[in-house]
Amino acid sequence: MEVQLRDPKEVMKLSRLGSFHQSKLSFLRSFLQEFKNWEYKRDLLDLDENGFGVVIYSFRKKNRIYSLICFANEINDKERSDRVIATKWDAAFTLFDGVPTKKDIERLKQNVPKQEVGRMSFKELTLSRANKSVRIFDYVIECLTKGNQPDKDKLAKVGYLYRTTAVYGSGKFGLADRFRIKNREEIYGPFRLEMMLVYLVRQFTFDQVNHIAKSKSPKKAVNLDPDISRNLGIGNSTGLGMAPFIVNHPLLLNNWIMARETALKQIREIKEVNKKDVDLIINCLKNSKKNIDNWTTESKYQILKINNLKKDLDLLIQYFLKKFNYKKEFSYNDLYSWAKNNLGDECLEFMVSVIMEPYEKITNPLIKTMSADEENFFTIPTEKTILDLRKILELRYSDILKIDFRQKENNQNFWFISKNKEEPRLANRFEDEGSDLEQPLAIARDICKLHERISNKKNSLKIGTFLMHNNDLRHVIRRAFITEKFPYAEIQDNTIGSKLMPIDMLRLKLSFFGAIKFDPRSDKWLRICMFQGAPLPTELTTSDDDWVYNSIN
Amino acid sequence: MKSFSEIDTTVKRASKSIGFEWGVAEELGKNIRLLEMFGLPGLKNLNSYFKTYNQKKFQKINLISKKNNSIIPYCPVVAGTNFLDQVINLEIMDEINFENMAYPLLFLPFASRSTEIIGKRIFLNIDEKEFLLNFNQSIYSNYLGGDIIDYAKKINIKFVENKNTFDEKEWQELYKLSEGTFVEESEQLKNTSAGAGLTDND
Repeated sequence: MEVQLRDPKEVMKLSRLGSFHQSKLSFLRSFLQEFKNWEYKRDLLDLDENGFGVVIYSFRKKNRIYSLICFANEINDKERSDRVIATKWDAAFTLFDGVPTKKDIERLKQNVPKQEVGRMSFKELTLSRANKSVRIFDYVIECLTKGNQPDKDKLAKVGYLYRTTAVYGSGKFGLADRFRIKNREEIYGPFRLEMMLVYLVRQFTFDQVNHIAKSKSPKKAVNLDPDISRNLGIGNSTGLGMAPFIVNHPLLLNNWIMARETALKQIREIKEVNKKDVDLIINCLKNSKKNIDNWTTESKYQILKINNLKKDLDLLIQYFLKKFNYKKEFSYNDLYSWAKNNLGDECLEFMVSVIMEPYEKITNPLIKTMSADEENFFTIPTEKTILDLRKILELRYSDILKIDFRQKENNQNFWFISKNKEEPRLANRFEDEGSDLEQPLAIARDICKLHERISNKKNSLKIGTFLMHNNDLRHVIRRAFITEKFPYAEIQDNTIGSKLMPIDMLRLKLSFFGAIKFDPRSDKWLRICMFQGAPLPTELTTSDDDWVYNSIN
Repeated sequence: MKSFSEIDTTVKRASKSIGFEWGVAEELGKNIRLLEMFGLPGLKNLNSYFKTYNQKKFQKINLISKKNNSIIPYCPVVAGTNFLDQVINLEIMDEINFENMAYPLLFLPFASRSTEIIGKRIFLNIDEKEFLLNFNQSIYSNYLGGDIIDYAKKINIKFVENKNTFDEKEWQELYKLSEGTFVEESEQLKNTSAGAGLTDND
């Protein structure tokens, strides 16, 4: 039996993309799998009694070494801010290609804490900064100093000691361009070095609290219990900066979604289902209930989604226990048909993630397809005709073509780049200034414009000739031809309408990172947690990949 | 040092800011990145061009023909964009000339990218400066200066037919030498080494 891939017009709606969850394809999990046999080492811990100074960690295999350099700084509580406009952070980090010399460390000490206004070099691969969790950082130190372990319930409400507020790579601020490293086998997966940075930062947070406690009370202090450490991740505050990324990288977006959809298709095509595999899925579903119970947020939008997930998860578990017949051929396909009709988006996509768990043979080859050489599809095929273009628009963008952009609510917002931080922002076209400097992110609107523009053009007209007088739509003509080849390259929704929830765009990307506990703080930014429950670096070699559902308290 | 990614992004934004459409600005971002990657002074030339862009008039050519003459200098961006878009039709002309083009180095990456589309090299002269554009993989040139070229009296573009740089005699000589790595096959080896079955036609 051949199952069709899900229709992009169904999957690529923002409400659906905003319901995605981490899976075996997520970058932090594939990073851990790839680096589990690398040698991990803490090369330097040079902190004062308050935990300020430099720490260096490394991963090494044969001649390849990656070093994380951490700079822990003293800042006033008033200076601490997760917003992108902040200029000081509790700690700043860079992942260095190789072993840094003293000269490198000195140079980086002057630049890394400055983040966007510092300068990196081609030797540095990623850059980040993080702030302490005001809610629990000092509390943990206080407990350890007195020789006690912190209260697990209190920690569970936060989930991390530090929160990163940005992670940069790919040539930003002078960092190494991707072309310099893209052929390295170990990083043939998107954002792998960003994941390495975040993972090692997590270890830094444990080493720092242990060090401070020991400095305060050398005789009495204890180290943070490894079980407690394991159940802490790294928080992340994410604003709109991430949203345009998925619009600006259509091929990469396609490859991420295509991997996920291909995994689902191949699982639905399994003829004979193994009971052991079903038991693993049921186990993950049951264990995940605890994680979901610990998923706290004040966002009404998210609370509703979590409540629906909890309700549907019970239905799903009951289906597995009472109706799922693994002896019947193609029982996963039956499961999917039932789920599509009985579960909301949040739980349907949760199920898609969970049923991948037993099937490494399916997911592992797909992980290697999730990068993209976007340059290869940049040039517009100008020998094609208006008929070719019209067919693409009417096939691939049929839902988008139904949107009436003369209606104010469909045209309400515009994306722009802020002058002070060079970060993407969203504003109201009819109330705020700056729409004349709109970024080319209103793809749906411009696709509609293009469709209208070609409506009276001859089918035989070449795209090259059409472009002579229509270069204002060149950016969407390029996209249309990319979408022809890559069906999941485009968000099938309006990114400037009044009903837009930008956090759906953020969640899509963060779910592929492997983030959990999405906690929207507004419709434009959210907090998440990464690596919570993941093995510690010293445990990596002997760890397995089922920690995600088993972990949290 | 600025990364190529920073160059691409900043050029794209600057190009939009000066008045080019987003789609053309995207082309310019990639083009200047390409020039800089090949060690040619793309950013410097673009910056200089943009300083004059709104003060002077430049001819914006749409349809490119075999001979293109203009009293006011051609805009290299518009000429380049249309060259890239029309190159499949232009290739049959064998040779194309532009007379009077501003900042001709900015035209170069469009021509370089065109070689990838048509699968042929382009030999391009900017006055006395020579450039061999190799399938957008490299640019071979007698121009090594890192300076600003604000004007070209003449640009000559020749589409180079796909042919080898050596003759048949030289090939045969080298091939003969390569045969020194082959093993002479005996009747026994002919029957057993190729992996065929007992008959030739099963």
